[in-house]
Parts: sequence; C-alpha cells; structure tokens
Amino acid sequence: MIEIKNIHAKVAGGDTEILKGINLTINPGEVHAIMGPNGSGKSTLSKIIAGHPEYEVTEGEILYESNFKKTNILDLEPEERAREGIFLAFQYPVEIPGVNTSVFLRAAFNEICKHQGAEEMDTLDFDEYIRSKMKLLEMDEKFITRPVNEDFSGGEKKRNEILQMAVLNPRFAVLDETDSGLDIDSMRIVSDGVNKLKAKGNAQLVITHYQRLLNYIVPDFVHILIDGKIVKSEGKELALAVEEKGYDWLIK
Amino acid sequence: MSKITEENLSNEDTIAANKLSSREYKYGFYTDIETDSIPAGLNEDIIKMISEKKKEPSWMLEWRLKAYRHWTTLKEPKWPNFKYGPIDYQALSYYSAPKNFEEGPKSMDEVDPELIKTFDRLGIPLSEQKRLTGVAVDAVFDSVSVGTTHQSELEKVGIIFCSMTEAIQNHPELVKKYMGSVVPYSDNYFAALNSAVFSDGSFCYIPKGVRSPLELSTYFRINASGSGQFERTLIVAEESSFVSYLEGCTAPTRDENQLHAAVVEIVTLDNAEVKYSTVQNWYAGNEQGVGGIYNFVTKRGKCAGKNSKISWTQVEAGSAITWKYPSVILQGDGSTGEFYSVALTNNRMEADTGTKMIHIGKNTSSTIISKGISADESNNTYRGLVKIMPSAENARNYSQCDSMLVGNKCSANTFPYIEVNNSSATMEHEASTSKINADQMFYIMSRGLDMEGAISLIINGFCKEVFKELPMEFSVEAVKLLEMKLEGSVG
Repeated sequence: MIEIKNIHAKVAGGDTEILKGINLTINPGEVHAIMGPNGSGKSTLSKIIAGHPEYEVTEGEILYESNFKKTNILDLEPEERAREGIFLAFQYPVEIPGVNTSVFLRAAFNEICKHQGAEEMDTLDFDEYIRSKMKLLEMDEKFITRPVNEDFSGGEKKRNEILQMAVLNPRFAVLDETDSGLDIDSMRIVSDGVNKLKAKGNAQLVITHYQRLLNYIVPDFVHILIDGKIVKSEGKELALAVEEKGYDWLIK
Repeated sequence: MSKITEENLSNEDTIAANKLSSREYKYGFYTDIETDSIPAGLNEDIIKMISEKKKEPSWMLEWRLKAYRHWTTLKEPKWPNFKYGPIDYQALSYYSAPKNFEEGPKSMDEVDPELIKTFDRLGIPLSEQKRLTGVAVDAVFDSVSVGTTHQSELEKVGIIFCSMTEAIQNHPELVKKYMGSVVPYSDNYFAALNSAVFSDGSFCYIPKGVRSPLELSTYFRINASGSGQFERTLIVAEESSFVSYLEGCTAPTRDENQLHAAVVEIVTLDNAEVKYSTVQNWYAGNEQGVGGIYNFVTKRGKCAGKNSKISWTQVEAGSAITWKYPSVILQGDGSTGEFYSVALTNNRMEADTGTKMIHIGKNTSSTIISKGISADESNNTYRGLVKIMPSAENARNYSQCDSMLVGNKCSANTFPYIEVNNSSATMEHEASTSKINADQMFYIMSRGLDMEGAISLIINGFCKEVFKELPMEFSVEAVKLLEMKLEGSVG
C-alpha cells in the first residue's frame, strides 16, 4: 500500500538532516509500529507523510498505491493526500476557535467524498453518522458541538483525533504518539476504537515511545528508529525487548 | 467576568504574508456617463447651489448654512488610531450627478439605461422585470438617488421609502421633526460637513403597527472622480413597527483618495424595532496603500420609545480609512441596543471602528460583539464606549471584542471605554487575540480541505456570532468577500 523509499529530510531552510534514509513497506491489513528515543525522527516521519510544509524531503520517495496506481505522494498537497485516504492523528492536535467540531468534520468528510466520487452527506445524515462513530469511542454527545479542540483536556484531544479517523475512514492512518497524555482508561478506549477501525484493506502506522500502547494495539511489525534510521525490524516481541533493555543495545 | 487570552502571539512559525496579485476588486469599474458637477470648493454659495439644484425649501437651506458655519469653527479630529494624508476640502466637488437629473428620478423606465446597466453589473437589478424580490432598493449614484424599487407595494401598507430629496419635498413635517434629532449638525466635524453639503440618501418611515413586508435597502455607488459622497439616511419606526434595512457600497479603483462622509439616523418609538445591516466594500486602495475611500461616517440610533430595539450589524471590508461608530442611545425604559461587527483590514488599510451604547432609561440592555481581522500590513482598532447614566437603573451590557491577526506585520488594538454612573448596572467584558498560524492551516488541510476552505472555516468560526445576525443572502456575500480579501494572506 505504501512504500517509503530512502527518505532523507530536514527542516525547511535548515541544514541538519533529521531522516537519513528511511525504507519501509506497509501492506494492506498490516499494523506497523515505530519506536525510538526522543529526537530520533519519529514525528518528522509522520509529518512528512502528511505533507507538513515545515519539512523538506531532500531525497527519496513515498509511493502510495490506490486503485492499482502508484503515486509519489510527495508531489501532492496535504489536502490531496487526505482525499486519497491518508490520515495523521496528531501528537499535538491544534485548536480551531469557534469552529464547531461537527461542522469541521462534515466539511472534511464531504471534500473526501467529492474527490472519491461519493455522494456528499447533508447535516442530518452526517449527524447520525458521527453519532454512531462517537458511540464506538464512548464519547460524550456534547463533544461535537464544541469548537475543535478548544478547552479540550489532553485525553479529549486524542479521542477527537480517533473520532476524526473513524469519520474520515482512511486507508492508511498514521498515529503519532496517540498514547501520550492518556490515562489507562482513555488508552483502552482509544485503542479499542483504533482496533475496531482495522480492516482488511486498511493499514496503520503507530508511532510510540512506550511499549504500553502495543499491548492494546498489537502490531504485526515493530521498527526501531534511531538517529533518523531504522536500525531493527521484527515482530511484536521486539517491543517487549525494548521495554526490558531500552534502546542502548540497538545502537552500534 | 473578564477573560483575556493571547495565543501564539510570538509564534514565529506563522508563514509570512505571501501576497497574490489575484486579489482583484471586482467593483472597480467606472461608468462613462455625462455628468453635471458643480465647481470644486466649499463656501456658502456652493451650499446654496446644492440646495437650489435640489429645489429645497428655505428651512432646509437655513439648516445647511447653520451647519456650515458651525463646521468652519471645528477642527478635524486627530484622536483616531490611524494616519492619512491631508484632505483639501476646497479641492472637492460637492455635487456630481448624471446629466439632466435635476428633476429627480420618476419611474424606472425613465432612468438612463447606462445607470441601470451599472447597477446590474453591481448585482443590484433595478428594472421592473429583474429587480430583487423581497428587497426594495434605493440606488444612489454619486450625489443622487437614481431610483427606488417597490415603492407602490410599500405605499399600500403606508411605508414611505424614497430618496431624501423627495422626502424633503413631499414629507417636510417628518424630515423637520426627525432630521438632526439623533445626530445634530454640531455633533462632530464630519457630521457638520455632511449636514452642510449632503446631496441625497434614503428616507424611510414605517407607520404604527406595520411590519415591513420587504427588506429595505440602499446601495451607494461612487463613480465620478474628484468628488466625494455625502449622503444622509433617516429611518423612523413608529410604535410597534419593524423593519430590516440593508446597506451596500462600492466605488471605482482609483489612485486618488475619495471622501465619503455620511450620516445615518434611526428613531424607534415604543416597541418598535429596526435592524440595520451593512456590507461596506468601498475601494480600499492597492497593496502599496495608494488610493481608496476615506470613510468617515456617523451612524446613530435613538431608542426613544420604551421596549424598542435598534440593532446594527456591519461587515466592514473596504475603504482605505474607516472611522465609524454606529451607536445607540437607550432612552426608552426597557430598550435594547445591539452592535455586531466584523471589520477586516488587509494591504495597508486602517480601521478605527466600534460603537457607543448610552444607557439613559431603566432596564436598558446592550450587546456588543466585535470581531477584528487584520492581515498584511494593516491596522485594525476597536474603539467603544458603554456609558451608564445615573437614571439607568438595572442597565446591562455585554461586550466581547476579539481580534485575529493574519501574518506578522499587521496590528490590532482594542480601546474599550466604560463609564458607569449607577451601581445597579451589570457589565460584562471579554476580549481575546488570536492568530491564524501555519499549524492551524496544516491541521485543517490534512483533513482534506484546501487553503481556501481552511481560511473560510476559520473565518466563519471566528465571525459566526456576527454572521448569524445578517440576513441570509447578505451573510453568504459577506463570507465570500472576506475569503477573497484574505486569500493569499495566509500560508
């Protein structure tokens, strides 16, 4: 579904290379996890996949396959990537004062529908649709009438990310440290939500600091990212090894 | 209760203003039409000439002259928070009208087709076949009203809706009674100037117990160069009547600055309500700040009767300079004043705008919602006064002033003045400043909306308390106007 090939990247206008040749292939139906210490480039990778203008890719490509066609998504604008079914759950979700969560999500949902040739939803149908997704995530009904992320607690913001993912129904979702700032109950609810969204044709890339989340969202593959490079890739047991031994043994 | 938040004010990651030359002003065209203008200059003879052209009764001329003499004793106010070049009042022509207009408009069939075409192009069809349903329009072109639609329909319910010139001739008793009763000619520099030289405007009278079946509106168009526009609008709502009034305005793209100094007066008697909405889109000058209208306007309503209500809603998106404080004098017990405003400045525009709520009667209440958006290198100021007089038992005010900055070179200021002379008053004030930043844009775009959609979403969210007060068609137009102005300023 997605092939990340030899990606080198830096902050736009900066000199320091953050990613130093990342290679990663993810097939439909798979869940991959990326773990690594602070500053290893995990969040940079997620932002590059979504198209954040702050970063510049100096080398490599990211091929995304949909409808039997491969596109280098680095050529696409962020909104075009979203419309193709790529989603990023933000580590730090952004507040949009005054903009009702439901209005925001319906606008986004309909943009994606329009692009994919599906029928747009009116307010009433969308309301029903979003409520069904909220039930899935055990979210309070009042949530969607509040402005996007404004005065939300850390846990609420993260849950809102997963709600957006549920509503927009992406083919490829990147979850950037979705577990940070969550208490154990929220973690369970968020993970349950993510697991329910798993489908044969979809793939997920989970970025995390801690093995803890991977007890709930069980990955097929675990990759260790250190200093801008993937140094080791194995099955889920790798996460447990890191939990036990830390990262030092992986640095050669 | 006071909540002041400053978000990301030092956020350096805001993408620098990246201007697009595509931000065109689509009303910037000029109508080539033969005009009848009086020579430039301002003195008593000029005022007599204007009055003569309008075939006014002597009392009107006397009033103009009194205003003029008072004006000569005044100085241009220097307190607004903006700078502008000196205005040479002797270099302006104070009257410019399409040729042969002295008789005034009769029926729409007699109006010059060039003028009809102009208003068509502005989206204000005047002819019988094409005119807007549900909205009566008085179309003002430079110094004269060229026509008023739906008059006979309104007459049936007793509503008088006509140009000010006609009102002075046909309804002198009403004009004498109310003109200057809310904004006296001595009120301020620009009101005095207007009182001396005003050339036309709209007059609207809603009799007792009548709810206007149509929205009434005035469309102001400046066309001639080397002139200004000085119109006066007077709205009188008798007991238990209601009218919703709309106002729009545009001008050609020019390198010179043109002066617009208008006066609007509203009077509501017992239980009457007037809702006045404006979308101001005068030419604002180019990116370097060359050209544009100097907009110095005095708008005030008086809730003279008990339980009456005046509501101002404005979307200010044009003019090089805006100086405007639509106000309400809450004289009748239980009366209500409202001010809902969105003021957007971009390029080098400067706005100093807000409101005054003067509480005199008992149990009076007022609401102020102001949203200022500044982009590029513009300067946007809210200035407001809430005054509770000793007689105003149990007065209430709620004020909310929010500013939004787009880019790093613009500025926003808030000057809220509060004077309370009765301890039973309840006052609430909230203010906030925020910034559209790159992270917000990226967040929204990563969900599938393009840049335009993202700006529109943010602006709609920021301004929604004001937009919901606008009549439906107006609100759609207002959103489009703001989007167009901000395109290229973000990201």
